[in-house]
Amino acid sequence: MDMGDEVKVFGSWGSPFSRRVELALLLKGVPYEYIEEDIFVFENKSPLLLQYNPVHKKVPVLLHNGKPIAESLVILEYIEETWKANPILPEDPYDKAMARFWAKFLDDKCLPAIRKAAFSPENEREEAAEEVRDCLKTLESALNGKRFFGGDAIGMVDIAANFVGFWLRIIQEVTGEELLSVEKLPELFKWTEEFVSCSVVKKCLPPKDKVLDVVKARVAPK
Amino acid sequence: MAEEVKLFKTWSSRFSLRVVWAFKIKGIDYESIDEDLSNKSDLLLHYNPVYKKVPVLVHNGNPISESTVILEYIDDTWKQNPLLPEDPVERARQRFWAKFNEENLLPTIWAIFTTEGKDLEEAMAAWVENLKFVEEELKGKKLFGGEKLGVADLVFGWLANLIGIFEEVSGLKIVDERYPLLLTWMQVFSELPVIKETWPPHDKMITKYQALYEKYHPAK
Repeated sequence: MDMGDEVKVFGSWGSPFSRRVELALLLKGVPYEYIEEDIFVFENKSPLLLQYNPVHKKVPVLLHNGKPIAESLVILEYIEETWKANPILPEDPYDKAMARFWAKFLDDKCLPAIRKAAFSPENEREEAAEEVRDCLKTLESALNGKRFFGGDAIGMVDIAANFVGFWLRIIQEVTGEELLSVEKLPELFKWTEEFVSCSVVKKCLPPKDKVLDVVKARVAPK
Repeated sequence: MAEEVKLFKTWSSRFSLRVVWAFKIKGIDYESIDEDLSNKSDLLLHYNPVYKKVPVLVHNGNPISESTVILEYIDDTWKQNPLLPEDPVERARQRFWAKFNEENLLPTIWAIFTTEGKDLEEAMAAWVENLKFVEEELKGKKLFGGEKLGVADLVFGWLANLIGIFEEVSGLKIVDERYPLLLTWMQVFSELPVIKETWPPHDKMITKYQALYEKYHPAK
């Protein structure tokens, strides 16, 4: 590791996206300075964040020796290419492509479906929940008997799936909709338990009760 | 053993064209399978069960879907004429802009094409915001990839062909003189030897998008 390396993460305690970045850095043993941003009130975002991510004005932003990188999956690729310890992507180009495919699937399909299931008005929730269950069934196929999406150790897809591993259960609790059941998705359910049990992941999860409060405030009442 | 490189595409798909360009840039021979999306082949559905879309690359029996994933795979597998530079910061920059195109530009252009009245106004306002950033990004650069063609150029490539078609069909001005760098890029990109003459037939495109436009803007 470069002795002169300056690594900063602009994040938010409750954001799965900024937690992804922190998880990757922790996994690779990269020390970083963390800057907490208030993402709930736009006016509270720091001038630095707006300077480093003028396009989206969002967390996370990784600042490496003064150079800003935005968008969590782009940041994960950057981290992988910059710090070689504990790789989060496979070496083989095809396996790498599969990892990228599933990470993209998580953000393009699973995440919007879960958001809809969580925050839609009550009468739209059941249909949205069905869409989530379909997404998760598809996602489960990527596990293919492995302990993690990355194989024996967590990789980029596991990191990207952090909102399935942790946030999803909280959303289920609040909405009362069954999204990830042990009966219908046993492999994926088992993965969530393996994921949150990882010591490095545990260091990188927000306090459950705080997340519960945020979700409760956003979910439309029954 | 002969290498099997198959590309499932359609004649008009801007996403498939990205892969065609990548193969051209690297001089890779491939077999082209043209799909009719209203009647998808069993093979396509077999190789892309998740999205059931084109493009799909099948390399020695292994299928890869999602054009940006395919582009990275091609770059990882065939090392000549790299689509991404070595420097991680530059790689991140191009990936960021590729994502911006997919998640911001494309949905907005679709909204411009398919909506009217207040929705169209909102879409245009969003488009103007988007283009400001794109124009800024092109400052001091010949291409989105910098000096050389990169993944970001291939992903933005659709603009160089489809903007003209959308403007002709809709009568709207979509990229105007406020964006001189983008207009120049569209010109430069189209003139590149690997890109020249790869566009789908103009008349066929006008017919296709005219019909689509009328579907969303029925005569009152």
